[in-house]
Amino acid sequence: MTVHQLIFIYFAIAMTGISLLVVTRRNPVHSVLFMLVLFVHIAALYLFLNAEFLAAVQIIVYAGAIMVLFLFVIMLLNLRREETEEKFHRQWPVSAGAVAVLAVFFIMIVSKIVVLPALGEYSIDAIRSEGSIMTVGKVLFTKYLLPFEIASIILLVAIIGAIVLAKKSTNS
Amino acid sequence: MTFSLVLWTFIKVAIVVSILMLHVSYVVYFERKVIGHMQARMGPMRVGWHGLLQPIADAIKLFFKEDIMPSQADKSIFYIAPIIGVLAAIGSIAVIPMWDGFAIANINIGLLFILALSSVGSYSIILAGWASNSKYSFLGGLRSAAQVISYEIAMGLSLVGIMLLSGSANLTDIVHAQSDYWFIFTQPAAFFVFVVAIIAETNRAPFDLPEAETELVAGYATEYSGIRFGLFFMAEYAGMFIMSALAVVCFLGGWDGPDIRLLAWVPGFVWFILKVYAFIFFYFWIRATLPRYRYDQLMSLGWKLFIPLALANVVFTALLKLL
Amino acid sequence: MPGTYIPWDYVPVMIVFAFAVMIGLGALVGGLLVRPRRPYAQKLAPYESGNPPVGEPRYKFSVKFYIVAMLFVVFDVEAVFMYPWAVAFDKLGMFGFIEMMLFIFILLVGYIYVWKKGAFVWE
Repeated sequence: MTVHQLIFIYFAIAMTGISLLVVTRRNPVHSVLFMLVLFVHIAALYLFLNAEFLAAVQIIVYAGAIMVLFLFVIMLLNLRREETEEKFHRQWPVSAGAVAVLAVFFIMIVSKIVVLPALGEYSIDAIRSEGSIMTVGKVLFTKYLLPFEIASIILLVAIIGAIVLAKKSTNS
Repeated sequence: MTFSLVLWTFIKVAIVVSILMLHVSYVVYFERKVIGHMQARMGPMRVGWHGLLQPIADAIKLFFKEDIMPSQADKSIFYIAPIIGVLAAIGSIAVIPMWDGFAIANINIGLLFILALSSVGSYSIILAGWASNSKYSFLGGLRSAAQVISYEIAMGLSLVGIMLLSGSANLTDIVHAQSDYWFIFTQPAAFFVFVVAIIAETNRAPFDLPEAETELVAGYATEYSGIRFGLFFMAEYAGMFIMSALAVVCFLGGWDGPDIRLLAWVPGFVWFILKVYAFIFFYFWIRATLPRYRYDQLMSLGWKLFIPLALANVVFTALLKLL
Repeated sequence: MPGTYIPWDYVPVMIVFAFAVMIGLGALVGGLLVRPRRPYAQKLAPYESGNPPVGEPRYKFSVKFYIVAMLFVVFDVEAVFMYPWAVAFDKLGMFGFIEMMLFIFILLVGYIYVWKKGAFVWE
């Protein structure tokens, strides 16, 4: 086992562990904090693929923007009540068992089917030659032109949706 | 990368971070002196010659003060919040190029790295405001969050023009791209937006609403005391240094000095530091000159003026570059 | 493939982060040894200008804050799209310019809509 693999194994285990912490915290603000740690780990994992730009975007967009929105929503909740309530239903061992069985099946299936694909056009070395941002820029604005323009429509819908929803609540 | 290289990096980091810490304590003195003289006062005079030992006295005092943990506070988040701020502020120093070929980490996404860390830094204030469980803190945290996220977009967009002109997000490349003329001359609108945005990002006057001592006591830091309060202070002043350095690197030519043969022997670092401190002086000057904005003015200014202006600058720069 | 490459460029960044955390924690833990600790109920109460605290400290705030946060997400994503475009602009040329103008135009429609709906008015 090489150092490279050890690092990867650390990230795999840590990310699973942190994800579990996110969903089991009783206080939602603690969940947000663990999610922040999780996003930093994901960003670091991108770095190990030499996808520097994606790592930065992961932090700027997910950790910097979307989590702030989450935090605003959570701040509105009445945490006093949340914290005193029962954390799980009584049936949680049943669902945990179901998840475990499904996970075993999933791993069995995945280990049978998934064959690691051949390296694509944009390997770690190819990205290194001209930099991550340049590569993304060149591919995004030529090959993936249509998805890019569709993204602007989706963002437009998001803007309008946000205003429509929020305006309704201010009028009442 | 061998062991000796890691060790060398370690030493480099230790030196740079200690200088940054020294800067943080003395820039507070510098600020008090500048503001003092602008208001026809002397500033600190008691501790040492012309108050020169004042920062050391302040640091020792903060260290020995009781650290109060409010009974209703969320303990773990109350603990972590200032550390996130310090981490984000000091972490950014890693990518700042101080002279030709010297940056602790010369990475390709240097500019985005600083943007990312500054957005993480805003958590420190939101979480501090939330965890303190006090009305003043909560208001301060909330205001800061809304303010920082509004001005972050303007800051990001104003830097797109820089990336257009230099074709890179590597801060060393950006300085090299300014060897003919500084970007402040070709991107004056972006510079204006950027300066306003970083003043808002670092929560400095006239955009210091999150701590607004005349209305919110001390805003998000109301419940913090002792060295924990000191950490917020450290984060704020280190953040000012980082943002000033970013302004120097992106708009004011970085370590590039005047083209006079007589001054050719002066190392680039001297020019860099001179420009950074000139910019920090500008920060203080603004603080002494302008009254604080009202909250609604601040928000509509950001959304209605600075974002469209930065966007127009991007379009205009791209058009010029195409022609 | 993960696990085959180590981003050595980022090792110094990690070291800086380690220093920053050490400074933060060091100040807190080091202070533990020397600072006094004499808490009592009044001292630990939330600060409210000397009065006993009244009501909930975390109350519901204006919906404007959510609008700002949501618009921030949208415009932040827009800005993120511009970074690779700006860096690769020389390679993309006229074609890339028109593409981005279309993108900005569509978002400008949304921006004007938001403005007209009065989301930027803070009363």
